[in-house]
Parts: sequence; structure tokens; C-alpha cells
Amino acid sequence: MSIIATATEKVDGFTRKSMRKAQKQKKSQGSSQFRTQALTELSPLPQLKDAPSTEQQELFSQKLQQCCMLFDFMDSVTDLKSKEIKRATLNELVDYVSTNRGVLVETAYPEISNMICTNIFRTLPPSDNPDFDPEEDEPTLEASWPHIQLVYEFLLRFLENPDFQPSIAKRYIDQKFVLQLLELFDSEDPRERDFLKTVLHRIYGKFLGLRAFIRKQINNIFLRFIYETDHFNGVAELLEILGSIINGFALPLKAEHKQFLMKVLVPMHTAKGLALFHAQLAYCVVQFLEKDPILTEPVIRGLLKFWPKTCSQKEVMYLGEIEEILDVIEPTQFKKIQEPLFKQISRCVANPHFQVAERALYFWNNEYILSLIEENIDKVLPIMFGSLYRISKEHWNPTIVALVYNVLKTLMEMNSTLFDELTASYKSDRQRVEVEASCYGDASLRQDLGNWSGLGEG
Amino acid sequence: SVEKEAPGGGADGDDSLYPIAVLIDELRNEDVQLRLNSIKKLSTIALALGVERTRTELLPFLTDTIYDEDEVLLALAEQLGNFTMLVGGPEYVHCLLPPLESLATVEETVVRDKAVESLRKISQEHSPVDLEVHFEPLVKRLASGDWFTSRTSACGLFSVCYPRVSSTVKAEIRQHFRTLCSDDTPMVRRAAASKLGEFAKVLELDYVKSDIISLFTALASDEQDSVRLLAVEACVSIATLLPQEDLETLVMPTLRQAAEDKSWRVRYMVADKFSELQKAVGPEITKNDLVPAFQNLLKDCEAEVRAAAANKVKEFCENLPEDSRETIIMTHILPCVKELVSDTNQHVKSALASVIMGLSTILGKDNTVEHLLPLFLAQLKDECPEVRLNIISNLDCVNEVIGIRQLSQSLLPAIVELAEDAKWRVRLAIIEYMPLLAGQLGVEFFDEKLNTLCMAWLIDHVYAIREAATCNLMKLVEKFGAEWAQNTIVPKVLGMANDPNYLHRMTTLFCINSLSEACGQEITTKQMLPVVLKMSNDQVANVRFNVAKSLQKIGPVLDSSALQTEVKPVLEKLATDTDMDVKYFAQEAISVLALA
Repeated sequence: MSIIATATEKVDGFTRKSMRKAQKQKKSQGSSQFRTQALTELSPLPQLKDAPSTEQQELFSQKLQQCCMLFDFMDSVTDLKSKEIKRATLNELVDYVSTNRGVLVETAYPEISNMICTNIFRTLPPSDNPDFDPEEDEPTLEASWPHIQLVYEFLLRFLENPDFQPSIAKRYIDQKFVLQLLELFDSEDPRERDFLKTVLHRIYGKFLGLRAFIRKQINNIFLRFIYETDHFNGVAELLEILGSIINGFALPLKAEHKQFLMKVLVPMHTAKGLALFHAQLAYCVVQFLEKDPILTEPVIRGLLKFWPKTCSQKEVMYLGEIEEILDVIEPTQFKKIQEPLFKQISRCVANPHFQVAERALYFWNNEYILSLIEENIDKVLPIMFGSLYRISKEHWNPTIVALVYNVLKTLMEMNSTLFDELTASYKSDRQRVEVEASCYGDASLRQDLGNWSGLGEG
Repeated sequence: SVEKEAPGGGADGDDSLYPIAVLIDELRNEDVQLRLNSIKKLSTIALALGVERTRTELLPFLTDTIYDEDEVLLALAEQLGNFTMLVGGPEYVHCLLPPLESLATVEETVVRDKAVESLRKISQEHSPVDLEVHFEPLVKRLASGDWFTSRTSACGLFSVCYPRVSSTVKAEIRQHFRTLCSDDTPMVRRAAASKLGEFAKVLELDYVKSDIISLFTALASDEQDSVRLLAVEACVSIATLLPQEDLETLVMPTLRQAAEDKSWRVRYMVADKFSELQKAVGPEITKNDLVPAFQNLLKDCEAEVRAAAANKVKEFCENLPEDSRETIIMTHILPCVKELVSDTNQHVKSALASVIMGLSTILGKDNTVEHLLPLFLAQLKDECPEVRLNIISNLDCVNEVIGIRQLSQSLLPAIVELAEDAKWRVRLAIIEYMPLLAGQLGVEFFDEKLNTLCMAWLIDHVYAIREAATCNLMKLVEKFGAEWAQNTIVPKVLGMANDPNYLHRMTTLFCINSLSEACGQEITTKQMLPVVLKMSNDQVANVRFNVAKSLQKIGPVLDSSALQTEVKPVLEKLATDTDMDVKYFAQEAISVLALA
């Protein structure tokens, strides 16, 4: 294998994607700290636990200041000593705020906030790889992670400290703070996004005054993602937070929330990278529908409007989401959308891509969906019949054909009279086409029939 | 009404309207493609309905049906921009506003932008009175809409109506624009920032100074970098409008701040717009302010920014005031450029390599030899092929100033290395510069050093390279003449006709195809034709049918006796070949050359 690879290398020199990736991985670290301050070497301070309690506050504050020094992690050989001092200090600070009571005095808040802001708030660096494909490529990791991770850790412990007082903290953890935090969700580094998710969730929980603002800014990020840039790394994480937020919405839903569902979440299904956050998105949608079943019809109509035309992978995701919605749908809502919905499902069942057809046919394994279909068999069967009957004879994939037979059988059992009528009219329709073709000698019509051959034998 | 005209309802017996009824029916068809087709024929429908029914029936119908697929809406938005005559001319153009207003509020950006474009277009067709009575109220409604989409659309409409309305309305428009600049959704602020320059251009100078500058300053320090960077773009237009003496106080503080913004995107924008900014602020400010700013951008910590600045080095230097140009370049710019030559990022180096040669014309012979030449030579040895290629592709600039001889010693190894690069795209790129290089280096140097390379490409593993090599030979012959071809390349090309590899034998034929015209009748008839004819007996069918194709190609260069006595019998024989393709191409050649 390796010999072949080098031989092709010589002939062409096109490195294969796997090899290019291997090369990339080595240097896939980025960082963007626009430094203006000059570096001074850090000198170690005494341990907090060794200091007399009267001096602890002062020492705590000195350590927080020390941790405001930023280092260049793209250069792995400079300032090694100072970097280590800062790392150890951060570790100590994390420990200090998580194990001690009474350390969060009012004067500490501005210094804590200053240390956190200085370290984590930065303009994210340009992507190393301009055509970064989150599904394929390795992400660029944050080079300064050894420090930043500890700062995030510290922030979390700070927020979770039993003495933590939102009423004091809100002077520092304000709208501007949240805005900068949200911008960081675009980080390519999944470790960072994971911390951000927890941090934002805590802030949403503790600062009631920021809730509407946070929702609004997430709304803006999503709209920009959908209609302007088509790129934002933290969509899945933000949706995950939203999932639990929606869960707590009071009834009846406010107009603002409904608008968010219809104008943001539903259009979000059109995004190129849907696969990266579809699970979280579908969860949010279903949460909404469980809260307010009246929204089912517009949501399903929205999904049908944006139904993928060429991307089979996405179509499978849409079908999965439809099944999740049908799992919680109320029978009255089902009646409202059954016609357009089953027209789409009928097209999916007849899709030449077997995964799409298979996913749609799996609906018939769902007891609740089956009961809904049975209740409305006179509406559903006529829509589905043509596709099902045709592909039972024609689909290239034997698994699909077997599945379709089972589905046809189930449907027949639900209403055999209607089934026979449909079979008869289907056959006579086909015969009529055949007769017309022979009468007019229309070549193209005969061609159509040729494509349809094998229908009658069953 | 229009709806009743649909097929089945057209019982009024007016046959001429039947096709229209079909089109209208299609507007409601389930199939998107049919609806799209119908929308695209909207002008036909309107023409047939006549101006009055278009106004009273078609437009209300369209306004009511705007909930369609974005593709259909886009087509509709575009169509309506050209509808003025179809509704009865400028007098009635305001009838088009309701459907366009709805389209300007949809979510999909493409549709919205198209609707705004059409609105801007038809605004010009409104009379001043109609503009105030119909158009301006629409702009106001959009500007105060609930959902952000209508407010973003409004941003694009202020500048088209402002110049033609009364001063009271003007004041209202300015107020609306001001409000949108501080809108709480960043999408709207971005839209406002991107139209700031355009709006400034239609405002009276006093208002530029009072209104626009404060908006510009606010947007340039917005919390979102996506807004701030758009303010940089506006900076160019604004600076152009202001008298020189006001620039320092009104614009420069903001521009300086942008050049040092904490977000690299904003600094990138400054670097990217640097030449425009330089022209807009004039020579004095350039000398005092932009030179240090440019130095900082060339030394920026983010490679993206350095690359954008490196791209502007030549233009920036060219546009420096003449009296101090050389001093500034030598003392301020060149030291930064020297550092960029050994930058860690290849995009930076390659951006620099694409413009650095241009400095030689600005600095003249002596400075080029002393200061620039070492840089060119260093870049010619760069590890990244793109850098070397960019230097080689701009050799003509240096040639004019110092002559290429100065470089030739270093040039040759660089060319040879690129010519043998493992990546075929790199080889392809250097082949494309061969004719240029040959012209500048002269025939002797070429024969001595480069000819072998050019011939070696003819037997490259990659077809694209062989093909490019063939084309290259033709260009060289055009440059150096038929005699040169006869002595140097034709014998080698013809020699390949006996190669054991059929691909190489075919290359002979491809070369003959492209060389025959440049070489002329004599060489073609006496030297090339016999080889081609001999190859008609090749064992490989692909070679034989390429013989037929070659004969067809070189036929017009040959004289008629050669055609009749030599070409015709061979083609006739090939036309009875056992291989289908050989037969086909032989017959084709016979008919094209009229030998039947």
C-alpha cells in the first residue's frame, strides 16, 4: 500500500487527502491574542493555603493579577518558566474558589472578572483551513488551551460557588460579557465550546435579567448563520442550551418564542452543515410542539417547503425528524397535514436512493403512526398507493421491495375494499395508457410504457 | 377577475386570452418549475392583458400570492423591476410598489436584495410628487417594520429618494437612517453600515459633517466586528467627500483606531482597502499617518492581515507623493518587505511575490540592483513553488529596468526545479510562462538552457502537460521563426515517431497539428508529411485514426498536388481499415478536404 502511494506520488505528486490531513494535524493549532502589553517575567508567589487568613485576600488578588499576563503559545519554547508559574497559579485559584467558603468578597468580583475577560475574550483566529469542513476535517485547536482551560474551569467554579451573588456579579457579567462569550462559540476547538456551553447555561440560570438578552443574541447569531455566513461552529452547542430553555417556557407561548421557531429554527433546516446539529435542532422543534400542539401544522408545512431536493443525506434527517414529530402529534393535527405530508412521504418511498426509501418505509414500524394511518386510511392510502405499488415491482434494491410488500400488506389489511378498488383503477389506468400508445403509435408514450413494464405480472 | 380566466373558466369566448389563462393557471400549479416558467413569462401575460387589467387584476393577484418558493419570488422580484411600461408608464409605476414591498420583507437574502434592486430601479421612474406620495411612505414603513428584514431592506432605499424630495422629507429620511444605524439587531446595523458611504454621497456637505460623521464614528466602534469592518469601507467614500482640512479631525481618529482594531477582520479590511484609503485622504495624511499604519499592517501578528497588506505594497508605493516616494520606500517600506520575504506563512510570501517585482520600476535601476535583486533571488529559491512562480510570472517588470541577464544565473535553477516539480499543476504553470521567458532571455540562452526542458515535457506522464508542451512549442515557433523550428525542434519531434511507446508517437502527431501552420508549407510538406503518412501503417489504431485527424488538420497547409498524390491514397486506405474509428476519421478527413 505504501509503495503504491509513493509511486503515485512520484508520477503526480497529488497527495491524498488522508496524507494531507496527517500533515495538517501536526500543526493544527491556532491562537489569536492581539498583544499590546509587554511581557515581564512572572515570579512565583507564596501558596494561598500557607498565607495567614488576614493576608489571603490580598494574595488572592495578586494572583488574579498575575494571571492576566498572556503568553504566546504558538511559540512553544519562549517564556517556559512564566507559563508554568501561571499554570500552577490558575490551578491553585481553581482549587481556592471551589473548596473555600467566604472567599468571594465584594472587592474580589472586579478582579476575578478582569482576569477572566483578559484571558478568554479574544478575536478568534482566521481558520487555518479556509474550506474547513467540520464533518471531514480535524479542527484547529486553541494553542493556549493549557491556560484557557483552567480559566474556564475557574469561571465555572466561581459561578457555582455557594457564596456567589448574582446581584454583585451582574455589574461585571453584563450584556457585553455575554455578547463576547457568545462570539466565542464560533471557536473551532470542541473543548472550548463544551466549556462555553456549561458556562452560558449557568449564566442563563443565575441571571434572570440576562435571559431575554441571551435568547435575542442567539437569535441574531442563528439568523446571521442562516442568511449571511452559512458558517458558525457552535450551532449545536447553542441549540443544546436552547433545548433546555424551551423546556422551561411558560404557557401560553409568547409571540417572540413562536417567531423564533418559525423564522429561525425551521429555516435553519436549509443549512449546508445540518448534519452537525440536526439532532439538537430536532429536539428543540419537538420541545416546542410538545408545549403547543397548534404549532405542528405550520412547522410541518415549513419542513415540507424546505424539503431537500438533491441531498439524500439531509432527506434521511428530515424523515427522522418527521417521525419524531409524528410520535408526539395529536390526531386532530395529523388530519390537518396528512395530505401534503403523505405526498412527500410517497415521493420519499419511491426515491431511488435506498436509504431515503428505507427511512420512509420505517414509519410503518411505528405503532402510533400506524394507528394514525389506520384512522385516516381513506385519505392516506390513495396518496401512497401509486408509489408503493409501482416500486414493489421496480425498485432496484431487494430490501426495499421486501419492505414495500410488508407495507402494502399492512395497508391492505386496514381497508381491503379500498385497496382492491385502487388496484383495479391503477391497472385500468395503465391499460388506458397502453391502448392510447398503440392507437396513436406515439413512440415516446411507448417508451414510457417500456419503463413501466413488469407492472401487471404481480 | 384574473382567477376566473383560468382554463375552464374562460367561457367568454375570447380565444386570444386563452394562452394567458394557461400561464396564469400555471402560476398556481403545484410544480415549482411550471410556476417559475410562468413568472418568467410575466411580461407576456401583462402585455396581453393590457395596462389596465395588469394594474387592476394581475398585480393584486401577484401581491396576494407571495408566499411561494424563494426561487419563484426571486424571479418575480426581478421581473417587476422592468414592469413600468407594462403598467402604463411612469404615471402608474407606483402600482408596482405593493408586491415589491412584500418581497422586500422576506427572509431569504437573495430575494430581498433583488426586490430592493428593483425598487431602486423604479424609484427613478417616479415623478418627484409620486416619490413623496407613494415611494417615501413605503421606505418609512420598511424602516419601522417589526421584523429585521424590512429594516435591512429600507437601508438600501434612502439614497435613491433623498436627492429628489423636499427638505422636510429629507430631514425625516436622515432621522430614519440614524435610527437604523443604532438598531439593536446587528443585521440591520450591518445593512446600514454598508450603505453609509452611498448615503453620504447624496447628502449635503453640512449634513455629512454633522450626521454622517457621528454615525460613522459610532458604527466604527460597534461591539460587533462585522459592523466595524463595514465602516472601514464607508470611510473611503466619506473621506472623498470632505475637504482636506476636515479630514484630520473628522475621519482620521476613527481610521487610526480601525488600523489597530483588536479584531483581525477589521485590520484585514483596512489593509484590503488601503489603496482606496490612500487616494481618499491625500498625500499629506498618507505621509504622516498611513505610512506608519501600513508598516504595522505589514508586521501584523495575523498572517491574513500581512498577506492583504503585502498585496498592496506596489500600489501603495506607486501612489506615494513623488517628492518623497523614494525616501519613504527605502527607509520605511523596504525594511518591512525584507522581513516578509522570509515570513513563516506561505500565503504572505506568495502575495508579496506577486507584486514585489513592480517595485523595480518605481525605484529605478540602481536601487533595484542593490536592494531588490537580493530579495528576488531569495524568493526564487523559496521552498513554496507558488512564490517562485509568482516571481517568474512578473519577470517582465524587471526586464524593463535592469534586463533579465542579472537574474538569469539564479533564474535557471529555479525554472529547472519548477519544471521538474512533483505536482503537475506547478509544471503546467511554468510551461505557460515559457514563451514569455523565451522572449526575454533570447534565442541563444533558450537553446542552450531551456530547449531540453521543453522537449522533456513532451514525454511527461500527465496528458495535460504533454498537451501544454505541444502548445508551448507552437508559441515558441511563432516567436523564433520557422527556420529556428526546422533546426531545433522539428527533428526531435519527428524522431519521436519511432518511439516504442504509442503515446509518444501520438505526441508527434499532436505537435505536427499545432506546428504545421507556424512552420509553413515547405517544412510541412517536405518534413512532416512523410512522417505522418508513414505512421498510417502503425499497429495501434489510436495512432492510425490520429493520422487521419492530422491529415485533415494539415491539409489546408499543403499544396493540392501533395493532397491528391500523397494524402488521398493514404486516407482511402485508412477508410477501409478494420477499425471503426479509423474508418470514421478517414472518411471525415476525405470529405472535409474534398478529396472524394
